[in-house]
Amino acid sequence: MGDIRHEANAELPPLEVPDVMPPHAHGWWAKYVFSQDAKYIAVQYACTALAIGLVALVLSWLMRLQLGFPGVFDFITPEAYYQFITMHGMIMVIYLLTAIFLGGFGNYLIPLMVGARDMVFPFVNMLSYWIYLLAVLVLVASFFVPGGPTGAGWTLYPPQAILSGTPGGQQAGIVLMLVSLILFIIGFTMGGLNYVVTVLQARTRGMTMMRLPLTIWGIFTATVMALLAFPALFVACVMMLFDRLLGTSFFMPMLVEMGEKLSYGGGSPIAFQHLFWFFGHPEVYIVALPAFGIVSDLIAVHARKNIFGYRMMVWAIVIIGALSFVVWAHHMYVSGMHPWFGYFFATTTLIIAVPTAIKVYNWVLTLWRGDIHLTLPMLFALAFIVTFVNGGLTGLFLGNVVVDVPLSDTMFVVAHFHMVMGVAPIMVIFGAIYHWYPKITGRMLNEAMGQVHFWVTFLGAYAIFFPMHYVGLVGVPRRYYELGEPAFISTPVGGLNAFISVAALIVGAAQILFLFNLGWSLRHGRDAGSNPWRATSLEWQTPDTPPRHGNWGESLPLVYRWAYDYSVPGAAEDFIAQNDPVTPEPPGGRL
Amino acid sequence: MADVTLKKTSPEPPEGLAGFVADWSSDQRAFKQVSWGKAMMWILLLSDTFIFGIFLVAYMVARSSTPETWPNASEVFALHIGGADIPLILIAIMTFVLISSSGTMAMAVNSAYRRARGPTALLMLATALLGACFVGMQAFEWSKLIAEGVRPWGNPWGAEQFGASFFMITGFHGTHVTIGVIFLLLVAHRVWRGDFDLDRRSWLSRGNGDYESVEIMGLYWHFVDLVWVFIFAFFYLW
Ligand code: HEM
Ligand SMILES: [Cu+2]
Repeated sequence: MGDIRHEANAELPPLEVPDVMPPHAHGWWAKYVFSQDAKYIAVQYACTALAIGLVALVLSWLMRLQLGFPGVFDFITPEAYYQFITMHGMIMVIYLLTAIFLGGFGNYLIPLMVGARDMVFPFVNMLSYWIYLLAVLVLVASFFVPGGPTGAGWTLYPPQAILSGTPGGQQAGIVLMLVSLILFIIGFTMGGLNYVVTVLQARTRGMTMMRLPLTIWGIFTATVMALLAFPALFVACVMMLFDRLLGTSFFMPMLVEMGEKLSYGGGSPIAFQHLFWFFGHPEVYIVALPAFGIVSDLIAVHARKNIFGYRMMVWAIVIIGALSFVVWAHHMYVSGMHPWFGYFFATTTLIIAVPTAIKVYNWVLTLWRGDIHLTLPMLFALAFIVTFVNGGLTGLFLGNVVVDVPLSDTMFVVAHFHMVMGVAPIMVIFGAIYHWYPKITGRMLNEAMGQVHFWVTFLGAYAIFFPMHYVGLVGVPRRYYELGEPAFISTPVGGLNAFISVAALIVGAAQILFLFNLGWSLRHGRDAGSNPWRATSLEWQTPDTPPRHGNWGESLPLVYRWAYDYSVPGAAEDFIAQNDPVTPEPPGGRL
Repeated sequence: MADVTLKKTSPEPPEGLAGFVADWSSDQRAFKQVSWGKAMMWILLLSDTFIFGIFLVAYMVARSSTPETWPNASEVFALHIGGADIPLILIAIMTFVLISSSGTMAMAVNSAYRRARGPTALLMLATALLGACFVGMQAFEWSKLIAEGVRPWGNPWGAEQFGASFFMITGFHGTHVTIGVIFLLLVAHRVWRGDFDLDRRSWLSRGNGDYESVEIMGLYWHFVDLVWVFIFAFFYLW
């Protein structure tokens, strides 16, 4: 589809849509608070996501304290532990990762990288953030209501999620959680429509789909997926809310609780699981695809090489996105399923490994003989590749029914998904922040603090999650408040658990340092200039840094090439910006 | 933004598959001649299709997994008129009204293409009235069923998921119709006032002096009608 390289000085097609400035904001409130500028909305999204992510981080400390030193902290009751687990999981997956990749990086990078002045519908885009904020506030509110937040596990499986045995089940906790999710989905949809339409319909002259940086391909595909996967979660939340508030029995079978027969009857708890995972598996890739895209760009920029196999990378993103809608039941191997279904879902799951492996090979081949600069973004990108491969390999274990059945619901699973969708995307978020912070603020993040942050986080993450695989293999179940010394565990793992917990606390402290760095560098960071990484893509070619309202000053940029012209032989510099019309004559002439 | 093509360059765009590929590999827009607003509505409707689809699938699952018998739709939704029970009569009328409203909507869009201010506004008003009529009849149907003892958590005739699915799905659809009616009235008002003949910017129009909002409204309205056909088939006829 389309050409990748354009001939030098080739003529660009004419403008199809008149170039109009997005509406100007008047007054302080309209400019900085109720801003309709995607760049401000992006920062608002990212800050909110990081703030609520900090809550999830603190919750993980509390859980690790309990697991590492059982019986020492008696304010952590079993109920509280389940609440921590649930809120930690849900916040990390939805309110941090999804929000920051799509709402944060999506908003900031899409208009700048495709050469648009703003998102297509700035007002709707602004609403998206405020509804997201409302969703977060509702979620936070559940910490303060009687009974506390829900303790149903982030998967919220019924029937237990709305029964009295689960914290928040018969109180406000679960209701607030469901309402918050519904709000999140509505808010996300408003933003998501903007991201998709902006990429499809508002690119600048010369910017074909096949010249988009892979970052945009990742975010774009993930947004499309989210618009198709969140409906399942939406419906599941609505139905569960009815079960809880109106007494319907969509998901509730006939039940006896404490010797008393409840009024429910005839519903199907498995139906919820299907709905949840029809959303839940694509969700993994909604988080992973933007990470894939961003990491491709970080590697190309900081290894001064064109990305290896650009088209293959694009198609792999699209194919992964499509396939991820037909694998959901691999989360339900132990829920009771016809063996043929297990066979089908195991097969599709393993097939996804093919395009994913292609991407990994292409990253490695991009690095191969590159001019690798071990900058912070590059370090985090490398950490991502290693971690992702690691998590992907254990995924092959869990994708097979026979191997998964004994491993299911053990700490092995916890280690797997933290590697693949916890640590790996977080590494990319850090890398991306180090990479684009100079564009957003005009200043570099402090390098020394960044180095400490990177090494502690990277090594620490392995100290936490590597031993956890082993803990799972010897049989420690997940979601256990306290283990004791059960007969089914061959080796005592108490010492290992304490070690993991200490590592978790140290890694957590490094994140605080990172947040401090974000604030400190705002005032004291080195001046960045407009293109500190000497990168080709459009966001680095803005007339002002940080970019001003409307992004491009007088006239829109014109795009003459793809985003990966690094180290082109014969060029004066080792990069040629996308809006640079001159292609150098290669030494020795054209072939 | 507007569909104004500033300058026509290439001779004729290729047709069929070649045209599809050419559009997608071109710059600026993947869907030529599709404005931002229209593209956004199409994608919203795609997402909404998934919501309705999943609602219907969830209903089918509930229906097939409950051990109780499912109430007989043609008896439940019968009206007692003139001494006889006429099955599904109300639903038939509701469906007729809604489909007719799609007709008036299509005519409104057609007048909008011709920039006929008066007819467009009137036809939109007619569409809104038919839509309101539909919602009214739905309210009547709801109250009748409630009076007969149908609740989300049970009913006199069998599986309790019947009432639950009924209220949830028709309620969700009815909400869509209601939102549609409100926006129809808003847009009709603007058409009548002549906003779309001027170059005035407002939150329903990008101020490029065309009637595009009417067309976008039409997309939404036809979608809501189409969804009703499926609800009708799966809930009332099955
Ligand atoms: C410092 C980093 C982190 C630590 C120390 C940590 C620790 C934990 C612990 C101890 C559990 C509970 C295990 C159990 O008892 O079953 C857990 C669960 C979970 N974590 Fe993390 N976590 C971290 C980061 C993340 C991130 C970045 C994500 C994002 C995807 C994440 C997602 C989850 C999920 C989805 C669960 C499952 C919750 C449930 O079982 O309902 N975690 N984590
Ligand atoms: Cu999965």
